[in-house]
Amino acid sequence: MKSVKDIKKLYQNKELKVYEVVEHYLKQIEEWEPNIHAFLNVPYKEIEAQLTSLKEEPSDLPLYGIPIAIKDNMLTKGITTTCASKILENFIPPYDATVVKRLKKAGAIIIGKTNLDEFAMGSSTENSAFGVTKNPWDLDRVPGGSSGGSAACVSSGEAPISLGSDTGGSIRLPASFTSVIGLKPTYGLVSRYGLVAFASSLDQIGPFGRRVEDVAEVLQVIAGHDPKDSTSSPYNIPNYLENLGKTVKGWKVGIPKELWQKGVSEEVLKVLEKSFEVLKNLGIETVEISLPSVDYALSVYYIIATSEASSNLARYDGVKYGYRENNTEDLISMYKATRGKGFGSEVKRRIILGTYALSAGYYDAYYLKAAKVRNLIKMEFEEAFKKVDIIVSPTSPILPFKIGEKISDPLQMYLTDIMTIPVNLAGIPAISMPAGFYNSLPVGIQFMGNFFSEDKLLQFAYAYQENIDLSDKFPPLPKKEEK
Amino acid sequence: MLKPVIGLEVHAQLSTKTKLFCSCSTNHDNVPPNTNVCPLCMGLPGVLPVLNKKAVEYAIKTGIALNCKISSYSKFDRKNYFYPDLPKGYQISQYDLPIAKNGYLELYVDGETKRIRLKRIHLEEDAGKLLHMGVGDRLAESDYSLVDFNRAGIPLIEIVTEPDINSPKEARLFLQELRFIVRYLGISSGDMEKGSLRCDANISIQTEEGILGTRTEIKNINSFYSLEKALEYEIVRQSEILKNGGEIIQETRHWDEKNQRTVSLRGKEEAEDYRYFPEPDLPPLLISESMVEEIKKEIPRLSQERRKYYITTLGLSPQDAEIIVSERELSDFFEETIKIYNNIKNLVNWISGEILNYLNDNKLEFKNLKIEPSKFVKIIEMVDRNEITRPTARDVLRKYLSTQEEPEKIIEKEGLRVVSDFSYLQEVIQRVISDNERAVSDWKKGKKQVINFLVGQVMKETKGRASLDIVKNLLEETLEKL
Repeated sequence: MKSVKDIKKLYQNKELKVYEVVEHYLKQIEEWEPNIHAFLNVPYKEIEAQLTSLKEEPSDLPLYGIPIAIKDNMLTKGITTTCASKILENFIPPYDATVVKRLKKAGAIIIGKTNLDEFAMGSSTENSAFGVTKNPWDLDRVPGGSSGGSAACVSSGEAPISLGSDTGGSIRLPASFTSVIGLKPTYGLVSRYGLVAFASSLDQIGPFGRRVEDVAEVLQVIAGHDPKDSTSSPYNIPNYLENLGKTVKGWKVGIPKELWQKGVSEEVLKVLEKSFEVLKNLGIETVEISLPSVDYALSVYYIIATSEASSNLARYDGVKYGYRENNTEDLISMYKATRGKGFGSEVKRRIILGTYALSAGYYDAYYLKAAKVRNLIKMEFEEAFKKVDIIVSPTSPILPFKIGEKISDPLQMYLTDIMTIPVNLAGIPAISMPAGFYNSLPVGIQFMGNFFSEDKLLQFAYAYQENIDLSDKFPPLPKKEEK
Repeated sequence: MLKPVIGLEVHAQLSTKTKLFCSCSTNHDNVPPNTNVCPLCMGLPGVLPVLNKKAVEYAIKTGIALNCKISSYSKFDRKNYFYPDLPKGYQISQYDLPIAKNGYLELYVDGETKRIRLKRIHLEEDAGKLLHMGVGDRLAESDYSLVDFNRAGIPLIEIVTEPDINSPKEARLFLQELRFIVRYLGISSGDMEKGSLRCDANISIQTEEGILGTRTEIKNINSFYSLEKALEYEIVRQSEILKNGGEIIQETRHWDEKNQRTVSLRGKEEAEDYRYFPEPDLPPLLISESMVEEIKKEIPRLSQERRKYYITTLGLSPQDAEIIVSERELSDFFEETIKIYNNIKNLVNWISGEILNYLNDNKLEFKNLKIEPSKFVKIIEMVDRNEITRPTARDVLRKYLSTQEEPEKIIEKEGLRVVSDFSYLQEVIQRVISDNERAVSDWKKGKKQVINFLVGQVMKETKGRASLDIVKNLLEETLEKL
């Protein structure tokens, strides 16, 4: 039992019942959690309730009886949603995020809420107020971030699929670090309603899975217009499963020199050699392309994302819900104490950066300029996709790093996202596929597609998977004494 | 001469059914606190705004009525600041691309036309309401404060004038005219007491050489009267400072209604930096020409046009015209009525007398009244034809307004027609004369004014249904013959 496809077959053949599948994953969670801490909450009572109500649903629902883990920045009615922050530690949402609603309607079972960098700000899941998540492939190393919990639980086999959110690489980086598939859809394809906002113009929800079919299946359920999200695309969505297995022979793949030249480690390059062999075998033509403005992507990102974050996080002020520091002198000191103690240091760093960038006298030099460069980056991608079908890059320039290695050096940490950030700035979709291992450490490859071309992107990823199938490869469960 | 230079910022709450970005009801003061609220207008995590199209329509309508240029491309921005009544920590407003700009409003000040230019009209959301508990009535002085989010998210338009206003009276007239307009358009109740129309005033004094002075901003103005009073106070205050060689500080001042003065609230150095930036959760607002054309068709003739027509074409006095335009429904009624009744002066008397008295007595607005021009005219015409007396007519009108019973039926049922039966009147007169010997002898002695007493007696006997003139003539005739 590895993928959604496997579970569906077991149900079809009446070999297993839903509760047995859920029990299997709960057992996996019991064994793995003490080692990796992928989950912030496994709501046994609510799982029970979901099982009961599922009995009345027709079993041909697209995700009938499939357990799914949800990053803890997506609202789940009645189940705490903390964003891994002290400021929302006891927050129980009164409504479901649109994606959660759609998953439930499709028959999926929410099996738990996963760990993340506080408010999705980070690349290692070390910035969680409730402890780090460890990489199942090496417990001394980070799983990537910010959706580290959602990646680690699929990697370890605690859940067959999960949802993450991706603002600058937060799905793709951890997918790459833990050898699973992670898809960041086109901005506007999946509703953000009920996703706790970090940077509204960049945030996008997407699935993790072990197989491309699984990821396509989840996307089919969560994608599509939502009247509650004014930025969600009004267009009808295609069938994402239809093209899987069709040939990609003759497709053109662009190799952006800016992304391959800069700081990609020898180890990563070595593993990716094999990926290029695969592309060759598939009959793909590779062409070098140039995305000159991508060099500014990191700077642009850290102005736009922090500016939006400084505003999005203003609502956590201790007045209405969440953490409040009591016994303060007056209103201003209550605000200061609440936010000072409620937020972790990375969140505070970004709020301060964003507040500064938006301040009177700096707006034109920072935010406005960043917005212009962002537009250039977008236009360069649009130009590139007139010539190529897919653009390829490493997902991460480096191997999964050690816990604590970069936490005191924000800039080094930020550089981890150098491959993924341009995609969010442009708004295009991208997928990270497992590419292999270097000394048992996972490496991923990133495929980027044109706007709303997820069907093509998945078709391409599927063809790749047919040649390097790592979906069967699980990390070994650490022996008890190793803990 | 020192000249006051005044600009106004007016906020009008739009009378849409639902809030600007969610489907909560806009009813906020007739319900318990925090009942017309949802995750969105309480600023919960994860919520996203969805723009109310009606509010956009209302803003455009106001823009057109105020001669503005409607923007084909507009957008929303976030205005960031912390305050407990602001649930998200930012207000969704419009910064550099408002829905409408460059308009004007014409006023009639002391018989002359004055044009006040409008800089812009933009759409934004209202904040919640704070209830300060304990000693003080301001946040800093109170023991603790409660927040009611019923008002949070109600659509507002902000109308900003150029500094074209030069007296407190002009400011008041501008605000009153603006109130007429929003009410005629039906986009806002324009009720200052309830806070659905709010006004901040910027004022400075221009020197004799035409140099602009430093301005202050006055907040907490709750009525037309306090707008005028606050500006008068501020003019005196600033002029005194200037006369004594002092300097005006650029600051925000609070109108202290109780003590009728302005007090300093915060200085420029404490001025907020709102860190505006484009709202990423809402796409740009595109307004097509055809949409503007459609909305244009819905705009009724406004108070200014009607007032002008009443005075110049119908010959109404400015005072009477003001009464008629005071409510759109009243003005509409007036215009319907003059189609079937041509003694306009008489009609205006009836309206400003009987109808307004009835409204005052019953604390109603004209729009709450059920009155048909044809039935109203029937009553007046019966008076004109001496078929009923004026006092009878008033009673009939009131009865009609409160019961909706046909005026003619009331008259017939209660037998209220003027008594024109001479023999019956003679009979009554004979009776009155024999019952009032003293008065009759007084009359004979030359005290002619007792006639009025005798007339009154006759009227009493006939329950007011007799024509005064006829009774008087008959009485005199009869007395002469005695």
